[in-house]
Amino acid sequence: MLDILNSIVVLSNYVLIPAITYGSQLALGALGVTLIYGILRFSNFAHGDTMAFGAMVTILFTWLFQSWGITLGPLPTALLGIPFGILATAALLLLIDKFVYQFYRRQKAAPVILVIVSMGVMFVLNGLVRIIIGPNEQRFSDGERFIISAKEFKLLTGLKEGLAFKTTQGITIITAIILVVALFWFLNRTRTGKSMRAFSDNEDLALLSGINPDKVVMVTWIIVAALAATAGALYGLDKSFKPFIFLQLLLPIFAAAIVGGLGNPIGAIAGGFVIAFSEVVITYPLKKVLKYLMPENLEPTGLVQLLSTDYKFAVSFTILLIVLLFRPTGLFKGKSI
Amino acid sequence: MITVENLHRHFGGFRAVDGSSIEIEEGSITGLIGPNGAGKTTLFNVIAGVLSPTSGTVTMGGEDITGMPPHELFHKGLLRTFQIAHEFSSMSVLENLMMVPGGQTGETLWNTWFGRKRIADEERALTAKACEVLEFLTIDHLKDEKAGHLSGGQKKLLELGRTMMVDAKIVFLDEVGAGVNRTLLNTIGDAILRLNKERGYTFCMIEHDMEFIGKLCNPIIVMAEGKVLTKGTIDEIKANEQVIEAYLGTGLKNKGVS
Repeated sequence: MLDILNSIVVLSNYVLIPAITYGSQLALGALGVTLIYGILRFSNFAHGDTMAFGAMVTILFTWLFQSWGITLGPLPTALLGIPFGILATAALLLLIDKFVYQFYRRQKAAPVILVIVSMGVMFVLNGLVRIIIGPNEQRFSDGERFIISAKEFKLLTGLKEGLAFKTTQGITIITAIILVVALFWFLNRTRTGKSMRAFSDNEDLALLSGINPDKVVMVTWIIVAALAATAGALYGLDKSFKPFIFLQLLLPIFAAAIVGGLGNPIGAIAGGFVIAFSEVVITYPLKKVLKYLMPENLEPTGLVQLLSTDYKFAVSFTILLIVLLFRPTGLFKGKSI
Repeated sequence: MITVENLHRHFGGFRAVDGSSIEIEEGSITGLIGPNGAGKTTLFNVIAGVLSPTSGTVTMGGEDITGMPPHELFHKGLLRTFQIAHEFSSMSVLENLMMVPGGQTGETLWNTWFGRKRIADEERALTAKACEVLEFLTIDHLKDEKAGHLSGGQKKLLELGRTMMVDAKIVFLDEVGAGVNRTLLNTIGDAILRLNKERGYTFCMIEHDMEFIGKLCNPIIVMAEGKVLTKGTIDEIKANEQVIEAYLGTGLKNKGVS
């Protein structure tokens, strides 16, 4: 009995909690990608770097607040910085839309052209972030490190294995839940949200129903900015902030959006967790978990690690391929919200 | 009410609309007929702002509306329906209708959060209106059904219903009767007549069913190869040699067109 509990604790500590946290971050990222795909009808390759920009502004404001001595006590000061990150990102995206995407939209450019344009935006943003904050790793987390540390957990339960739950993990999960609930309420219950869904469902009809496309596009960018900046800041807070990481993050994010079904918000969330869990489970050595579950003589001798962590990104790529081969529209039917 | 002058719309070398001039009088139900590929739908698309014209002008009540985007035309009371019925498939029939009136309070991000009472009042009024429209069209039992699940004919009714959610001035109907059975066709026809008489809607409709056209429309404009052939009452049209050759066919002529 105790063995089973111990194995559950190990599994939670190394697999469940990290995967749920990572899944929340991916889901927020994928939601942004999927909204842009559903409404503006192109795959936005600049999304990773939009997240980097949002995270960067958040960090700058966090440092500013820290230097002023403003903190949130046990919570990380970055939470105060996030709203500013969102505002700055929204302003940036609206500017980019006005000077770049709008031109191609007016021309009714093919989605493929917009994708390439977004790659250009990606390089510019990437450069911008590195010029402002530098290419190195930045730390900006403060406050209480753990909600419960491994040591406290062992003392509390008397189990042999410890369970650590970091503050940043808790904040990531809670923020993601709040944002997702707010987003779905917005899309399903409000007139603006319904206009967005209508626009995504049938653009011609939406236009002929008097829905102003410029307004829909603007609201979409603002929401995307909120999602991207929050996702970027949470990722940076939980792991570490490095401009190039967000470029790498683009693959799992797109994998999540596509696996769930592009254009489908529920799919983006599901996809985020599918990718996160696969990555974590496949690259985690399961030996410690099995040790408690198997009879003594059957205990594994190896690490029972299916893939080395170096292959992390190969996992999302493989899942992406499998889904595209067998269910090209994604797990949930994509292309309409 | 709507004046189209010397309108051209070319797709590369193909002249879909090739110098058409038409006039739609206020309060009329104008029919637009012609063989397939005559440029009727393209003409509609240009008037409704979906396509911009290669050259020529469109005026509405004296105001130049050439190339105005569809959502602005909508607010001027110019509405259209589609040849193949369009709907927001993931929304209910009721929600589809409630999407229509533009400029609702809930459309701005600010009001979404801070104008909840006003939005609620507005939505209540809209729901009542939408229910009334559905009753008028005899599809009120379908109001909570997803629009994507409706039959082809019901979608056509929904298209018509959409135009009833606002005070339209002129409605362009693109083959509203195509692929609809007789009973439903009569319902649609009655609705059009009533809207015309009771609410003063002007209609311009593309249709192929001569009987349906004859019952509703006066005058009728005939198009062929991107040009306007003639304009007149149903009897004049049926007797016109050019029209018979281009559209009605000699088969009818031999039978002596009843």
